[in-house]
Amino acid sequence: MNQDPSKRPAVVITGISGNLGRALAKVLHKHERIIGIDRRPFVGRPKDIEMHQLDLRKKKAEDVFRKNDIRAVIHMGIMHDPRMSEEEHHSFNVVGTTRLLEYCARYKVPKVVVLSSANVYGPSPDNSNFLTEDAPLMAASRFSGVRDLIEVDMLAHGFFWKHPHIQTVILRPVHIVGPTIKNAPSNYLRLNRPWVLAGFDPMVQLIHVDDVARAMVEAALRPEPKGVYNVVGPGEVPLSSIHRELGHSAIPVPHPVARPLLGLLFKYRLANFPPPELDHIQFLCNVDGSRWRKDVDWTPRFSMRDTIRSVIGE
Amino acid sequence: MLEQLSDKVKQELREWTERMVGPERKERLQALARTGNEYGVDPFGFNLDYSLSALAPFFWLYRNYHRVETFGVEKVPKGRVLLISNHSGQLPMDGAMIGVALLLEADPPRAIRSMVEKWVPSLPYVSTFMARVGQIVGTPENCRRLLESDEAILVFPEGVRGLGKLWPQRYQLQDFGLGFMRLALETDTPIVPIAVVGAEEQSPALVDVKPMAKLLGFPSFPLTVTGLPLPLPTKYRIYFGDPLHFTGRADDEDSELDKKVRTVKTAIQGMLNQGLKERQGVFW
Repeated sequence: MNQDPSKRPAVVITGISGNLGRALAKVLHKHERIIGIDRRPFVGRPKDIEMHQLDLRKKKAEDVFRKNDIRAVIHMGIMHDPRMSEEEHHSFNVVGTTRLLEYCARYKVPKVVVLSSANVYGPSPDNSNFLTEDAPLMAASRFSGVRDLIEVDMLAHGFFWKHPHIQTVILRPVHIVGPTIKNAPSNYLRLNRPWVLAGFDPMVQLIHVDDVARAMVEAALRPEPKGVYNVVGPGEVPLSSIHRELGHSAIPVPHPVARPLLGLLFKYRLANFPPPELDHIQFLCNVDGSRWRKDVDWTPRFSMRDTIRSVIGE
Repeated sequence: MLEQLSDKVKQELREWTERMVGPERKERLQALARTGNEYGVDPFGFNLDYSLSALAPFFWLYRNYHRVETFGVEKVPKGRVLLISNHSGQLPMDGAMIGVALLLEADPPRAIRSMVEKWVPSLPYVSTFMARVGQIVGTPENCRRLLESDEAILVFPEGVRGLGKLWPQRYQLQDFGLGFMRLALETDTPIVPIAVVGAEEQSPALVDVKPMAKLLGFPSFPLTVTGLPLPLPTKYRIYFGDPLHFTGRADDEDSELDKKVRTVKTAIQGMLNQGLKERQGVFW
């Protein structure tokens, strides 16, 4: 094979500059040619990763597809920022995903992996203990801020049906945690005196960021996975056990008080969690990961204890 | 501070349980810890350690307050089974007593699951207690999953219609839901009918204050003789019937399922009538 290594089929990763994107790039770049797309600069980028600092909504993004032979796209350029205006949030996530999927169809990318989240089902008191992939995506009924995340998931789902020749994989991992991850669950678990809702102690599922990165690699490179998958880490554990493991002394707040109080704190920027996030520490939103486990022979590398402790960098 | 206190209370309760059940049963109960992970819980949140402490007051009620007598507990087969019982008493003490009966009298002891109302997870403390002692929200998916892993599930097909029964309706079975029969057919699960005699007199209620129930988000708000729906020390008799096996299509017409459900209902009503005839009084 005298092929020019810079011309072999590439894996395109959107949102590569985030913490999860960097974890993924680190796992993948030794075996695959990677092209990254992100609005943000990629700090500490390995030299063999080609980087395009641009917005998916811009015409220029299409050039990446026109000029390269692409074997797979991993789309995780999805923003979750409760402080961003809803309009911008929605446009970036939904329009960005729509454009990306158009390019994938136009340039016949054989594999498309979209990173969604188990949060699309939404925590609720009448949830079953383990939601399967066909459960309705109810998250927006209690938390309108996640509407575009559901839309992204459904766009990918529609794409899966419309393009049977393209292998589309939608991954819905449980709460992602890790030493560098700055999403709501990791930030919450880093608080020394976190709130809990008095009398509520739901079972929760966490997954280590490196396990999610591995799952995305499996989804992108293996031929079997197709369709929607819940991705579960080492299992489920009561919220109180996590706080105990991390040595936190949680503050029990009665739930009727917690919502308005957090609303005020959020408004005056004294807290960074919008009140509907409280549902996650009150009700169940656990998923059944058996389909993924079976189809790709999946086992997480990180134990429950290691996954929990990873939020404090251990 | 609070944690130390709760650990101490837990320890005391645990010792109380151990005194009540005796050393031999204690060993056998300990053997129930099967699917727990490194944090002592199973995937549904059941925690044996917590349960053996938290259930101490229920063991006491079982032995000394309701003085439960069981008949035919050996009829409950191994493996997956649906336990179908009448429901009453304003507070679901009948469920607790059936659960305790299978822990204390069954051989080997069996930790059953019951399907609780969908509003339970929205109640503070109650939701946590229920989950740790192995109780699950009554969705068909939960039930199917547990039956497929060969668990024993307690279902009250009367639901809140039974629980909130008023005094004149005691021992008259209310409408049965059909869901349990669908699941039994789908998962090929035997059904054991159960009759609980004694619970229906524990909190006599004469009226259901519906506006109050609506205000509080409760399924009913009964006004009882005791004011609060606290149970009186009625004597419980729990009858287990022979397992019933049904065959047929799970997605059959409601009328077909209803015929099968009526067989179960008749079996329960029969045992109820028998039990009522046999007993000498409500309190002894």
